[in-house]
Amino acid sequence: MAKDLSYAAVMARRGEIMKKALGVEYEEFEQGGIVFDYEAMMTKAAYPFEEVRRIQREVGVGDTPLLELKNITELVRMTSRPGYGARILVKDEAANPSGSFKDRRASISAYQAKKAGYPGLLAATSGNYGAAVASQAAIRNLGCIIVQEVFDSRKVGQPEIIEKSRKCEAFGAEVIQLTVGPELFYMALRILEETGYFNASLYSSYGIAGIETLGWELVRDVRERFGKDPAYVVVTHAGGGNVTGTARGLRRAGAHNTKVIGASVDLSGLHMASDHDFNRKSFTTGHTGFGVPFATWPDRTDVPRNAARPLRYLDRYVTVTQGEVFYVTEALATVEGIERGPAGNTSLAAAIPLARELPEDEIVVVQETEYTGAGKHPQAQLDFARRNGVEVRRGDPKENVPGKSIVIPERFDQLHVTEMDLGRMRRSYVRNAVERNGLKEVGPREVKFLAEDSSQSEEDVVKILEDLGVKVR
Amino acid sequence: MSERCKPGDIVEIHQIILAAGERAAGVPEDTSKVPLEAWIKGKALTEASVGEEVTIETFSGRLTRGVLTTVSPGYSHTFGPAVPELAPIAQELRAMLKGGRSHG
Repeated sequence: MAKDLSYAAVMARRGEIMKKALGVEYEEFEQGGIVFDYEAMMTKAAYPFEEVRRIQREVGVGDTPLLELKNITELVRMTSRPGYGARILVKDEAANPSGSFKDRRASISAYQAKKAGYPGLLAATSGNYGAAVASQAAIRNLGCIIVQEVFDSRKVGQPEIIEKSRKCEAFGAEVIQLTVGPELFYMALRILEETGYFNASLYSSYGIAGIETLGWELVRDVRERFGKDPAYVVVTHAGGGNVTGTARGLRRAGAHNTKVIGASVDLSGLHMASDHDFNRKSFTTGHTGFGVPFATWPDRTDVPRNAARPLRYLDRYVTVTQGEVFYVTEALATVEGIERGPAGNTSLAAAIPLARELPEDEIVVVQETEYTGAGKHPQAQLDFARRNGVEVRRGDPKENVPGKSIVIPERFDQLHVTEMDLGRMRRSYVRNAVERNGLKEVGPREVKFLAEDSSQSEEDVVKILEDLGVKVR
Repeated sequence: MSERCKPGDIVEIHQIILAAGERAAGVPEDTSKVPLEAWIKGKALTEASVGEEVTIETFSGRLTRGVLTTVSPGYSHTFGPAVPELAPIAQELRAMLKGGRSHG
């Protein structure tokens, strides 16, 4: 008998579909109610670090060059107070097989899928991750289906995403191109059920373990060349995996004084699931539309427990504007001779003003680049923005209004970051935990878990809970 | 672009995944008023004209059916035209570097 493919019926089967498609028994880590053992999940439902390194070496992933941006550092020092302006280094993740750090995540999922006997891999993503999964599937001779959100209802798609469809197809993958909407997940479930493929989730522990090598490698390389640890590592933040995995790698390398700073493009005010707003964004990733909701409630994904939990690791979270990212993309190409991005340069745009805070002998590492291609290019993206009614002009980036205007800075010294209030995000995490689980009363175990999961003190958690009218035993 | 495909041609098909009334609860109002649509590429199994239904074998080997939209679909995205707001940045930054620290 044919299965009921209606939205309600498929969503009702999500638990069993996901379990079969990942092969992880999440119940093993559950400790009752909201509490689960995060570290046990990260250890048992993944591979040991040395094994991850070996798997990645086997498929040409990782050990990417760490490049010093000498001219950009010089421009930073020219626009800093005397003696200030840290050295900026960038980890050239575009050197991975499919052109981004996402190969690190996909490599572990592909290895696991092959080992467990799955016929192929599926990922629901409009980002570089699709190409990474398609590339790793090609290396392991596995089938691959990428489900992407590409078009608005006029079948108009951002050139950046259309390029990502092309790239997946270049690696032999099937791409299902969808119109806007969160039902991307429903479609992914339907196809997982139909094909028996492995769910190459961005949010499984496999997906996160693969990034730990990035943080670990950069510490090793900085120490070897400069005899010290980086002061800041700046990470483009969207779904939270990049922050989580990199920070875990930094800790593994023992770089406990290095600050982890998340950076996103400010797209506040644009609704991510809106047919109209979809093409008013000129960035399809690395923005606050993912960065804020995923940090303040991680368990909104295609796995029961998200391994990406950025609030555990973020020391600071800053935003930059779209115009600033395009400006630094141009700077990277024309004064460093490195054409990358644009979206992956979000962390570089933030690193420039952040480096001004530090003395010259400190080091700031931008932990990724991504490949550039047709459509995935400042000219293509700005032209698209203009044709969709977004004003493009030069001026002070502080005048940038997401979805209305993209302001390209007039001067290098105008690059700036806006500090996000992490305290507010931590409060909002606790509020989400209460509201989504209907919590009326909690005990010490819940308080401890909430404190750990959002990096705040138990006293602060208790206070927030009491303000929300939750009884604390 | 041919208006008709033969078996074995690479084509693109269109499917309505969820009709306007079947969208997930909680999607924004503008999104709820339009269907969730999909476009998939693969090898046509039979002859068909654009606008007719056809079954394809996708690149992953699945069989699926939809309305033929394009025969030999390609890519037309580009690096885009020159953008006057970006063009001067190279010279501005290089002049700054040439000027040295006092320029700041």
